[in-house]
Amino acid sequence: MTAAVVTGIGVAAPNGLGKDRFWAATLRGESGIRTVRRFDVSSYPSRLAGEIDGFEPTEYLAGRLIPQTDRMTQIALVASDWALADAGVEPGTYDTTEMGVATAGASGGLEFGQRELANLWSSGPQHVSVYMSFAWFYAVNSGQISIRHGMRGPTGVMVSDQAGGLDALAQARRNVRKGTRLILSGGVDSSFCPYGWVSRMSSRSLSTCDDPRSAYLPFDARAQGHVPGEGGAILVVEDAQAARSRGARPYGEIAGYGATFDAAARHGGGNGLRRAVEAALADAQAAATDIGVVFADGSGTPEDDRIEAETIAAVFGPGAVPVTVPKTMTGRMNSGGAPADLACALLSMRDAIIPPTINVRTIAPGYEIDLVIGEPRPWQPGAALVLARGKGGFNSAMVLRATAQVPGATA
Amino acid sequence: MSGRRVVITGLGVVAPGGVNTKAFWEAITSGRTATRLITAFDPAAFRSQIAAEVDFDPVQAGLSHREMRRLDRAAQFALVATRESLSDSGLEPGRLDPTRVGVSVGSAVGCTVRLESEYLVLSDSGREWVVDNSYASPHLYDYYMPGSLAAEVAWEVNAQGPVTMISAGCTSGLDSLGHAADLIREGTVDVMLAGGTDAPISPITVSCFDAIKATSPGNDDAAHALRPFDRTRTGFVLGEGAAMLVLEELEYARARGAKLYAEITGFASRSNAFHMTGLRPDGAELAAAVTAALDESKLPADAIDYVNAHGTATKQNDLHETVALKTALGDHAYRIPVSSIKSMIGHSLGAVGSIEIAACALAIDQGIVPPTANLNEPDPELDLDYVPHQAREQHLDTVLTVGSGFGGFQSAMVLVRPGSPA
Amino acid sequence: MRQITLRELQDIMRECAGEDESAQPLEQAADESFVDLGYDSLALLETQSRVKREYGVEFSEDDLASITTPREFVDLLNTQLLAA
Repeated sequence: MTAAVVTGIGVAAPNGLGKDRFWAATLRGESGIRTVRRFDVSSYPSRLAGEIDGFEPTEYLAGRLIPQTDRMTQIALVASDWALADAGVEPGTYDTTEMGVATAGASGGLEFGQRELANLWSSGPQHVSVYMSFAWFYAVNSGQISIRHGMRGPTGVMVSDQAGGLDALAQARRNVRKGTRLILSGGVDSSFCPYGWVSRMSSRSLSTCDDPRSAYLPFDARAQGHVPGEGGAILVVEDAQAARSRGARPYGEIAGYGATFDAAARHGGGNGLRRAVEAALADAQAAATDIGVVFADGSGTPEDDRIEAETIAAVFGPGAVPVTVPKTMTGRMNSGGAPADLACALLSMRDAIIPPTINVRTIAPGYEIDLVIGEPRPWQPGAALVLARGKGGFNSAMVLRATAQVPGATA
Repeated sequence: MSGRRVVITGLGVVAPGGVNTKAFWEAITSGRTATRLITAFDPAAFRSQIAAEVDFDPVQAGLSHREMRRLDRAAQFALVATRESLSDSGLEPGRLDPTRVGVSVGSAVGCTVRLESEYLVLSDSGREWVVDNSYASPHLYDYYMPGSLAAEVAWEVNAQGPVTMISAGCTSGLDSLGHAADLIREGTVDVMLAGGTDAPISPITVSCFDAIKATSPGNDDAAHALRPFDRTRTGFVLGEGAAMLVLEELEYARARGAKLYAEITGFASRSNAFHMTGLRPDGAELAAAVTAALDESKLPADAIDYVNAHGTATKQNDLHETVALKTALGDHAYRIPVSSIKSMIGHSLGAVGSIEIAACALAIDQGIVPPTANLNEPDPELDLDYVPHQAREQHLDTVLTVGSGFGGFQSAMVLVRPGSPA
Repeated sequence: MRQITLRELQDIMRECAGEDESAQPLEQAADESFVDLGYDSLALLETQSRVKREYGVEFSEDDLASITTPREFVDLLNTQLLAA
């Protein structure tokens, strides 16, 4: 069965626009979290977010695209451009039918949607934009990306809260195995508008702390919720042999994947994260000892932190593997979070360095994890595990393997 | 991959004209249309004032008051359909290994009904941009992040395998079943609750289809407004509903003596990469999806006995689809019935693909081809046999269903009678 | 008597559907097709919707389907404004 490798990375995050800026900022422990500026947040109990500064869509996109796209789609399109450029795919390498798209959605283009809802209800149906028929729905990024890059192969959208990003990459691998040569995959989210904000707050998982250095502290004794972020990543997933034939240098292989769902309380409860991890390891034919770093979901809600810490300790042994949460610098980016973590994992393999978790100082008692705090940490690149969880019980896990270990891939 | 195969063993449908599978099938095989003037709200200010609504009484449908409070209408449909399909399949969740059960729910617009109604409260009818947090429902997050639709189904059946929502516009319901079939074939799960749900009959969705003039303004004759393949067609009529199907690995189903409706032998997705709402008349990518689905099924084009069409009755779709079918099936396209049940149940976006698959399973099981209603004046450019008005008895071994969606999605699935030589 | 110019149409279209940097002024491209100028059916629908709200004129669907150039749009709109 053919391998699926990642050959290109495009990232747009609150602490860096573009893969290089994002990665450099991440290694420096630079946070993009501060008080929301996009709308007046002052009346809300939660006021911090990771917002992307300095993204001017007209710098990257034709004027024609602007009225018909929510901010998150604009960012996704630009990230997709960057990913393809990073992969160095020459036009004409693949036929249009050999390329597809698989993105994760989460909240859709809700800023666009809130504007149109406002138009409808304050002015009337005739004030609703023609573009509303697609601009706010979850499928929009996949659709617009496929049009922009002329990709006529399989195209899909997965929605599973904050776990969806890994599910989309798994779908990309599935399609590569079925014969598609190249898939643009990942997720980008924003919905930084009052309605999106209030919606997030109703989960009761948002931190109400006003200090960016203390608001989002996964695994910390003081954990009291998370901070939202906007942005994400688009990755180029390719058939390993096709990538090799065109001389591409993959970042790494999507080696294993597992997805589970927690048992509902009414069925006795029971967490599924460990099964997802074990499934991903088995799928990668990897032992726990092969994993050199875990990019944790890092919920920031004590109960979820506890489950994740216990799971990691149980699978790998107490303190046995470095764990990190670079999301502490960006906030939780809905469908964009896990793809950004995948980007970090791949870059940490490339550069043999693990990014830090910032702001966390004291790991909660009983969490037997080796959290990388303070400084980035060198490692011997091996395999990385990325975890993503979603409200309701979604658990996804993905194992990435460094390129040198991919059979037949260029070192 | 091993030789794992996927069969449909249970059906649950909530559709306009039929709040359960039996009523739904009876309605569409008698050619009865469910399109009417919108009753969910006052449609007077809208261009298209009609819809195919489900006469849904949540209490009668078995929902508790907490479920009614918590769940968006689309989630309510999905839950009711899930319960019916589970019961139909004979599977008992308590006796399944939950880690081998997954869920895939397709939806295009998620929890729009509740998102809109909550918005009205929080924004004071659109007057305030900075909406008032103090009125927010504790369930608002679940409407905002509609993966909750899949979560609800998972809780209902205690699925602890992979659970996801598929949101690819109007092909969501089809793609959801394709995804579920993939997971079973891969060996990750043995059972999937798979389907689609949408409840888009809400002012914001009605407005956005009004804006692009995609929906029919045939308000004076609602019952006949959705006229697929007809020369006088004027667009689609918004519908709502859900279908949830139980999918099982074939040997697993056989071992327990399950009733097998149909086997899913092939599925393919393509994109026209052309325009978010427009279609190129050559239908090339839909044709490619059909061909790929046939290839996966290891079947030739002339194995198809019936095509369940996308048939939305827009000028562009019906032509696009007809050309695509001719391209993919050649002359054989002329020899088989092609019908659109949207003529009767409306277009329920992300749900309809699953409802149509349920119809295909029943068509195979019962040997009846549902008709295309309202087809009085065939468009001369569209010259296939669209089964006007009357259902037809016909033994079916192999059925093709297709869909196209905003965003360029083009999908196709092949279903086969269990035990047929195909 | 309200009449609209090509320049005003361009302003409306830019607001409704955006405009690429390389776009020609409609005054110079009045007889080129909207398609060639990069305006799709949605752009026209949105423009029409705005025109209806601001000028009170709505084209029939047949009329709208028959308009292919900026000049045709302006001429039809101005004819209907005169008649109103």
